[in-house]
Amino acid sequence: MLKLCLRLLLLLAAASALTGAASAELAVKIGYLERVLPPPPVLSNLEEVPEDEGIAGVETALKENNTTGRFLKQKYTLEIRQVDEEGDFVAAARELLAVTPFIVVKAPAKDLVAIADLAEAGNGLLFNASERMIALRQEECRANVLHTIPSRAMLSDALAQLAGKKRWGRWALIEGAHDGDKAFSSAIEASAKKFGLKIVGKKTWAFDADMRRNAQQEVPLFTQELPDHDLLVIADERHDFGRYVMYNTRLPRPVAGSEGVAPAAWAASVEQHGAAQLQKRFREKHKRTMRPVDYAAWAAVRSIGEAVTRTNSGDLERIRDFMLSEKFSLAGFKGRKLTFRTWNGQLRQPIPLTHPRALVALAPLEGYLHQRNELDTLGIDERESACKAFGG
Amino acid sequence: MKPTALALAASLLATPAAADEIWVSNEKDDTISVIDVEKLEVVRTIPVGERPRGITFAIDHSVLFLCASDSDTVQVIDPDSGKVLHELPSGEDPEQFVLHPDNKHLYIANEDDAITTVVDVESRKVIAQIDVGIEPEGMAVSPDGKTVITTSETTNMAHWIDTSKQEIFANTLVDQRPRHAEFTHDGKELWVSAEIGGTISVFDTDTQTEKAKINFEIKGMHPDRVQPVGFKMTRDDKHVFVALGPSNHIAVVDRKTYKPVKYILVGRRVWHMTFDRDEKLLFTTNGVSGDVTVIDIENLNAIKSIKVGRFPWGAAWRPTK
Repeated sequence: MLKLCLRLLLLLAAASALTGAASAELAVKIGYLERVLPPPPVLSNLEEVPEDEGIAGVETALKENNTTGRFLKQKYTLEIRQVDEEGDFVAAARELLAVTPFIVVKAPAKDLVAIADLAEAGNGLLFNASERMIALRQEECRANVLHTIPSRAMLSDALAQLAGKKRWGRWALIEGAHDGDKAFSSAIEASAKKFGLKIVGKKTWAFDADMRRNAQQEVPLFTQELPDHDLLVIADERHDFGRYVMYNTRLPRPVAGSEGVAPAAWAASVEQHGAAQLQKRFREKHKRTMRPVDYAAWAAVRSIGEAVTRTNSGDLERIRDFMLSEKFSLAGFKGRKLTFRTWNGQLRQPIPLTHPRALVALAPLEGYLHQRNELDTLGIDERESACKAFGG
Repeated sequence: MKPTALALAASLLATPAAADEIWVSNEKDDTISVIDVEKLEVVRTIPVGERPRGITFAIDHSVLFLCASDSDTVQVIDPDSGKVLHELPSGEDPEQFVLHPDNKHLYIANEDDAITTVVDVESRKVIAQIDVGIEPEGMAVSPDGKTVITTSETTNMAHWIDTSKQEIFANTLVDQRPRHAEFTHDGKELWVSAEIGGTISVFDTDTQTEKAKINFEIKGMHPDRVQPVGFKMTRDDKHVFVALGPSNHIAVVDRKTYKPVKYILVGRRVWHMTFDRDEKLLFTTNGVSGDVTVIDIENLNAIKSIKVGRFPWGAAWRPTK
């Protein structure tokens, strides 16, 4: 208790001895807008999707922003709106936009686009923290939307780089029946083409049986119809069936994609480059491991903090311009600075390829060169950009 | 357990021709590797607490202070016997520290707690805890002892602490992920490295304003991978040696013009370093390759690499004569 008092006193003293900051406190409000959807049904009962995925990342970052802000007289606060399946998302967005231009969004693409197109959002900056859809970075891009979650293209490119490096040149692909699975599957096919790998066979998982009981019988039969391959890639974004495929295949082959070696914005087994500290902070506060959407939400709020700190401003135009300039960089615990792509607002970032117990590789892998920035070997590069909203 | 004068004399007699030593903390082996500077090989391996990182000797070299980060303590070690004499309260997760010129106060960065802890090494008591930014790491003390610096990796600041009050009197922004700080020998400048920013900022000490920024460029390597971390300045004020992390190079910077004059290839993920007695040799810790590179200061080239434990982090020199 005495120690605490001492620390409080020191803190007060520190706050009163600031240099270089304006005398008035700069208040920055950050909105968090979520469409709360029930988790999709999956076969396994082992895991629960945490209800606070996303917002937990926001809270972690907000605390970091405020620690810096304490020394600079900048104060960050959070305003949350969570809308259920039937709720009025647009109305909630309007409420938030009335109090802050900066909104972190966890919602499906159609919700995101709907609010980006609101007249009120013309004076806003939205951060997509959950939607991996490639089109949102292409034809459906919006000048007022930045993406801190990697696109499916970035994820599948990361996997293709690993496979190329390992000389796993022939892929067999199993995709699930859901829209997300098909979208991931087509991203995987595009990445295979981009990096000169061959998809020798592809099947759709259409079982409705309970694989917890009979994977051992069914999966060898299912996979024996695939031609010989070096790597079995699974597109199963819900983590429904993929887990039962591993180690039950006809041929002994490594598995990657949604199971096995998985590319993601973040994973529990990322520990290098200071990541262990972020993991620990997160775990202590939220009593679970940090997931990709948590990371993307964290990166969004930290990006706002970084831009406010460096510009000493909460002004929307200045913040957006700064974020898209070369002066901006975010230390994202991935070994190199993170910046935004000026042609579609995507946060450039290394992609960890992990299994549950360790990092296998961090893409971009060595040897994948780029004339400007190796991080642009992942996802949509400027030449392929179909986004016009950023003046491209 | 205190070494008696007799035992001390005996140990000195036992190793009459002992050469000076470089002590290296091995973060992932929980050991210290002791390098003989004449043989340039490891002559002793000493088991220590968990995740040893910050390492420094008392000013008279009578004891070693070691941050055992995961043991949440600073260990005080007898350099002759290698035995832990006692432990100091350090706050949680001590990563790096700096010993005040009074040889009495240790300023410790508590990485997980956003605190700088001040410990009296004689009374073995915490005398102050100072709130700093997130993930404090770099620690420096001015030659006159009036100012201590803590840098915070995630807050991206150098915090200037008045040691007479144990209070922060200034905060200066630096580039992303500051890792290390050092005052020049005349105390007029503070240098701070920023790992992700890829720069070293030079501050004027009197005004706490930035007067120069040093950039690095290694041919054939993307600038994002050139990441300055630990560095050391020569006593003659000629050169500053800067570890460039995953680029596996040491930059040699002209201390006056702030320009890099040479890049020396060393081991992988070079992190910190120390000089020998006459500053003829520099020993760099290379985390990923698990070795120490020895650099000839006069010719500015690497002359040897010495295998040590897993993930060597810091290094400190000790005279034995």
